[in-house]
Amino acid sequence: MSNLFIPNPKEAESIHILREVAAQFERPVLLFSGGKDSITLVRLAQKAFYPARIPFPLLHIDTGHNFPETIEFRDQLVAELGLELIVRNVQDSINQGKVTEERGRYASRNTLQTTTLLDAIEEFKFDACIGGARRDEEKARAKERVFSVRDDFGQWDEKNQRPELFDMLNGRIHQGQNVRVFPISNWTELDVWEYIKTEDIAIPSIYFAHKREVFFRDGMVWTANEHVYRESHEEVFEKMVRFRTVGDMTCTAAVLSDAETLDAVVAEIRDSTISERGARIDDKRSEAAMESRKKVGYF
Amino acid sequence: MTHNRKLIKIATAGSVDDGKSTLIGRLLYDTKSLTTDKLEAIEKTSRQRGFDYLDFSLATDGLIAEREQGITIDVAHIYFNTAKTNFVIADTPGHVEYTRNMVTGASTSQVAIILIDARKGVIEQTNRHFFISNLLRLGHVVVAINKMDLVNYDEDVFLKIKADFEVLVEKSDFKTDQITFIPISALKGENIAKHSELMPWYVGNTLLDHLEVLEPSDLHESTVARFPIQYVTRPRTEAFHDFRGFSGKLYGGSLKVGDEVTVLPSFTESKIKTIHFFDQEYSEALPGASITITLEDEVNISRGDMLVKSSELPKSEKQITATICQVNSKPLKVGDKYTLQHGINRVLAKVESIDSVIHTDFTGEVPAAQLKLNDIGKVNFRLSKSIHFDTYHDNKSNGRFILIDEGSYDTVGVGFID
Repeated sequence: MSNLFIPNPKEAESIHILREVAAQFERPVLLFSGGKDSITLVRLAQKAFYPARIPFPLLHIDTGHNFPETIEFRDQLVAELGLELIVRNVQDSINQGKVTEERGRYASRNTLQTTTLLDAIEEFKFDACIGGARRDEEKARAKERVFSVRDDFGQWDEKNQRPELFDMLNGRIHQGQNVRVFPISNWTELDVWEYIKTEDIAIPSIYFAHKREVFFRDGMVWTANEHVYRESHEEVFEKMVRFRTVGDMTCTAAVLSDAETLDAVVAEIRDSTISERGARIDDKRSEAAMESRKKVGYF
Repeated sequence: MTHNRKLIKIATAGSVDDGKSTLIGRLLYDTKSLTTDKLEAIEKTSRQRGFDYLDFSLATDGLIAEREQGITIDVAHIYFNTAKTNFVIADTPGHVEYTRNMVTGASTSQVAIILIDARKGVIEQTNRHFFISNLLRLGHVVVAINKMDLVNYDEDVFLKIKADFEVLVEKSDFKTDQITFIPISALKGENIAKHSELMPWYVGNTLLDHLEVLEPSDLHESTVARFPIQYVTRPRTEAFHDFRGFSGKLYGGSLKVGDEVTVLPSFTESKIKTIHFFDQEYSEALPGASITITLEDEVNISRGDMLVKSSELPKSEKQITATICQVNSKPLKVGDKYTLQHGINRVLAKVESIDSVIHTDFTGEVPAAQLKLNDIGKVNFRLSKSIHFDTYHDNKSNGRFILIDEGSYDTVGVGFID
């Protein structure tokens, strides 16, 4: 019986990267947000190491303002696959006085996560953190390496990056440095959605159209919830919405949508004229918001 | 996911102000890949700067320093789709001091677009960009002669530049059908997605049409199979108690169950028992596949070893000569020691001698004592252990390596084995 394996080039590249991480580092970890990109990473890691188990734990930095659907999904996935999950809470960093809660109209715990993340890296001595960032997401991300070296302070030195030639990855680092690894760097948002569809990967329900209490500000759809600052004149409506990216409630805007199935979602993404991060409140802060956050150790 | 769409990876190269960022912005705009919010940001900034046109270069210049200075300082990756093709563009800066970025960007690409300013013609940078395309043995080069709007869309200007460039082509390893010349105006959108009415004398494809008709199978080399072992997969679970799989990415050619193989460096022979991808078994895998293989016999294999067909052994030597492109400001000198990473396998390497620095305008070489940043030269190395290689000319994946500095651990050079 002839049974030919024809590779999908982007999937093969990601698996190659994940195997390099497992081979080149002592304590890798997969940064898991419960979003579609990190869920895709988990599937790729399954494929990379099958029939062995994924040889690194997942780390979730919980802002405490996550959608309950995401947390429920996370716990279910971890249980099903028998994975090790580490959770570190932004609330603890606030309690320890390391960071201060933002106040006012755009208050969010998004930037505070960086401190919690860097503390967790130090606590567990992780030398490689695998993330689901993609180069098509954002201008500063477009210049990111697959193996991105960070110093002891988690900082990204964008002008001094190691050149990456062909697919030869150099993960050698000094004590105290760590590497952020981005196995799906070369995937687009549409690639991820088409993969989720082909592979029949389960994702949290908030990616599909559902009824939700929302309000409108700056042309974006915000979740009406006790964690999200809202002024009294900002009226709440019940609308059919879905989320295109899943961060925490304070930094992720919804989109009005009737796409209740994966097919409908994929079709919507394909025809969309708004970028994915267009619905990220955190990026709207300034033209260089992402780059500034990355320099100080953001994901 | 992308099975029904082909994937083409392109490196763009040009000098400062050749309009490279504008070209990419234009490609994104014409393929409707610029989303409303990005387009709004471009419109806003263009207005603020007082331009009466859309500055598409704003679509790609990502870092704060770049936007301040209006230049590109690092390789950026840009993605766009047409109905038939997924494109990845590695946008590489044109400054002399950043030439290493062209090598980096081109190393993951199959096609280069070399931009030439119609007013300036073939300049030193053009030579260098084409030389690198030739060194890396890219599958195809598009010579885009830009800013035709500033030379009145004059055919003679186009023909003169084409003739100048063809002199370079003759000195290279490229065949003439691997090179295509297209007159364009990225700013005005002439011959990008639509045929220019202002250049009726040009009857070839538009740039986008041309990129669409390229076939990945023509751009990839087809040679012998090389399977470097990245990772030994040992589940040690009840269901897979004795499973011992060798995981890696397959290059060059395909492998089949039953193939007689040799494991390097031990030269042990065995046969392929099974080929796995995730929870499926296959009888054959094509190059590019990240798979796991088991063998008929108990063979001692570890990371960095390589599996090849017994009838297609590579060279095994401790002494190699390679063309090196130095990509770090610290020069390479005789006596220097490096970690040489050949694929995934690492050995120690000592620079025995430097034969020459090669002129990147195809005018030959001169003796040299060291290789400085952006120099390309011939270097002889002595290795701590044999590596199992092919020449880059015969087998790209098994004929290249990087040099890692023992102190900084930076990647300081890339080598192409002669």
